[in-house]
Amino acid sequence: MTASTLPRTLSDNAALVERHWQELNARRRLYTGLGLVLLVLALSGSLWFANETNAGKFFDRLPYFFDFLGDLVPRDAMEVWRAMFDLPSPYDDGSFKYNYPEGRLYITDTLYVPEYVHKMLETLNIAIFSTIIGVFFGFILCFFAARNLMPNPVVRGFVRRVMEILRAFPEVVIAGFFLAILSLGPIPAIIAVSIHTVGALGKLFFEVVENADMKPEEGLRAVGGNWIERVWFGIVPQVLPNFTSYFLLRLEINVRASTIIGAVGGGGIGELLRLSIGQGHEAKTLAIIFLLFTTIIAVDQFSAWLRHRLVGAQAFQLAQ
Amino acid sequence: MSKALAMNAAEMEAIAARHPALFAGSLSKRLRTALIWAGIVLYLVYSWWFFSISQVLGNANWTIAGTYLADWVSYEVRPDIRIARDGTMQVVYSRFDPLGANPDPDWMVLERKTVNRTIEIPASSGEKLPAKSSSSLSFMAPNAAVGESPEGQAEARTETRTEEVVTKAIVNFNGSTAIEVSDKRVTAKHAGETLVVVLDDVEGVQPEGPLPTWAAQKRPHEKIILSLGMTGWAEIDRSDVSIHNRFPGWANFLFDTNSPFFGRSASEVFGLVVGGERLDPARSNLSLAWDNILYNAEWQHLDVWTKLLQTVVMAFVGTLFASLIAFPLCFIAARNITGNRLLNQVTKRFFDFLRSVDMLIWALFFTRAFGPGPLAGMSAIFFTDTGTLGKLYSEALENIDDKQREGVKSVGASPLAVQRFGVLPQVLPLFASQALYFWESNTRSATIIGAVGAGGIGLKLWEAMRTNSDWENVAYMVMLILVVVFIFDGLSNALRSRLMGQKAH
Repeated sequence: MTASTLPRTLSDNAALVERHWQELNARRRLYTGLGLVLLVLALSGSLWFANETNAGKFFDRLPYFFDFLGDLVPRDAMEVWRAMFDLPSPYDDGSFKYNYPEGRLYITDTLYVPEYVHKMLETLNIAIFSTIIGVFFGFILCFFAARNLMPNPVVRGFVRRVMEILRAFPEVVIAGFFLAILSLGPIPAIIAVSIHTVGALGKLFFEVVENADMKPEEGLRAVGGNWIERVWFGIVPQVLPNFTSYFLLRLEINVRASTIIGAVGGGGIGELLRLSIGQGHEAKTLAIIFLLFTTIIAVDQFSAWLRHRLVGAQAFQLAQ
Repeated sequence: MSKALAMNAAEMEAIAARHPALFAGSLSKRLRTALIWAGIVLYLVYSWWFFSISQVLGNANWTIAGTYLADWVSYEVRPDIRIARDGTMQVVYSRFDPLGANPDPDWMVLERKTVNRTIEIPASSGEKLPAKSSSSLSFMAPNAAVGESPEGQAEARTETRTEEVVTKAIVNFNGSTAIEVSDKRVTAKHAGETLVVVLDDVEGVQPEGPLPTWAAQKRPHEKIILSLGMTGWAEIDRSDVSIHNRFPGWANFLFDTNSPFFGRSASEVFGLVVGGERLDPARSNLSLAWDNILYNAEWQHLDVWTKLLQTVVMAFVGTLFASLIAFPLCFIAARNITGNRLLNQVTKRFFDFLRSVDMLIWALFFTRAFGPGPLAGMSAIFFTDTGTLGKLYSEALENIDDKQREGVKSVGASPLAVQRFGVLPQVLPLFASQALYFWESNTRSATIIGAVGAGGIGLKLWEAMRTNSDWENVAYMVMLILVVVFIFDGLSNALRSRLMGQKAH
């Protein structure tokens, strides 16, 4: 049936090629079509399911969609400023909504750190600290997972499985478990983010190591270097720029992760944000969002700049 | 050969002296490394202080950590042996005991006898009860019932009643660990040592001889706690002994204690389902069993599966919509496709905005807009990932090879055809691969935004953890999540390596 559409001028061989090509094309179209149909079916099924199990139905709630913008309008623009720097508010009526100065953390008698800045620093510190811990353990583990440095498949497989589990284990469970043991505070968040980071970075690291040039390692092997010397002098210098780049990339992700963990009970700014949105404190919410927004952008920009210096344009390929 | 090449120390030093730069490195380089290390160490010390880590770790309750971890894969049965003043006992199980109503496990050996007992009934329950209540806890219930009867106003009298009591209880934890209670004496055997404790009304809890390492008494005359390792623990107080007998596994995973299938062996259940007599005349045994499993009160299988599916759906729909919206926008954002600098910048800053307003913030807002549920989580993922994917897509577009585009342009194709045949074939596999990667990674991160109310299994996990008593449910959900994440990880990797023609990362 495809043959009927062939131009008559073709020779037998050319007609065969042409027919084959048309067959392939038809099959590809069929697969694409089937794939699209499947996708649409899955999508509509998913949407129906999500709408069905949601507390509010999509079309019922749609008219109220922009209500949250209304929740964000403070009494005057200066309120955001006051909330951010814990200045007294003219609307103060003793409620939690306007009690900005109460969050002040005094260093000396007159000098204080505003509450949200302090909490933002705490979140940032959680991210940096746990990224450093994650890099430390990921660095050690990755050499045991790399094919070119660890010929023993049992050890390699074991280390890789451990990393996979660390990566996939829900952070919220680790945080919840350590919250039960250590009581409230940022340390459960640190542990949760670190554990996830070890798994994620370990994987990226060992892939870098597997792509490393083995000649320096061979040279060291030839002069009788032991395993640690070979790794430290032969591999580490070439992979260090990439490792640093991934460290920075992970730092960006971890700033966000520690905010979210904070919101589920891990301290830091996330918790304050959840509380202030829940209680409808517009000025406080806006102040926190503004702080979070600038911090994330600052960290992203800094990391992009440094990564660009370290590894050049390669730093911007997909990696997370 | 190697001998001929070998140098002695003097020769090596001579070489080093001739080329110092090769061996020493430049000053700034050495200084920089040292400075970076010093900076990291200083930062770690500062963080240690900032988070007061040593203090928190010191105050941590590590023994409870072991119990919680054990709860992940095992369960406790908690009978209470209540001892009356005269040494007779009653064994009471907690209300939601995994053994169901009226348990009679074979590891608990009871000697019963029927006694005629003289009970003193107080004249008016209001005056005498407080004095008695401290010592004879187990008698309160029968006494109170009699005291409230219509003729209870009479003066104090005694009544003789016949009842069955336990005179001796032996709890066998395992071969080497057992606790025996009789005549107000508790004999505990564990790890080859024996501890005898006398329960005296006046003296309280009195151990005979020194306490072994597995027993602890905080204050004299008060309760003793026996830690019996993985087999459980027990608490000896003057009028009751609480047993916590731990068994490996998940209790009542399929059928809860209210189910007619509860306590039956697997072959029995199978027989009933295949061809047994109907337990419920209204429906077949199969549908009854399935229903009982789905609505198991302890494990809530149906609810857990629904929530897990919500998480998967959130990631799927969120990522799909994000890539669908990011796809046209990235053409506007790419410098080499759209010539207008202003439009480029506006679109790019829009992507940055979506990305930098955290997924958490979007989740919290959409929870307010749609109410708790997957719609909120889906929208949060959609908004954040439109930004991320848009950025990645526009970067990919800016890195394309221009030759194909020029080729298509040179034959006079319309602008749309140029994009379709000159640009798309280069970037489409990459776009799809990145969307797949984010689908997989969002399946992981959708768990956590669920915990703030944005739907999915996150909230359920969080609630199960909050009580600190449902760790086995947490383990179950974590296991399901891990399985789902691994499946999607494999699926996404397989699809991506097919798309990209090699291992995709």
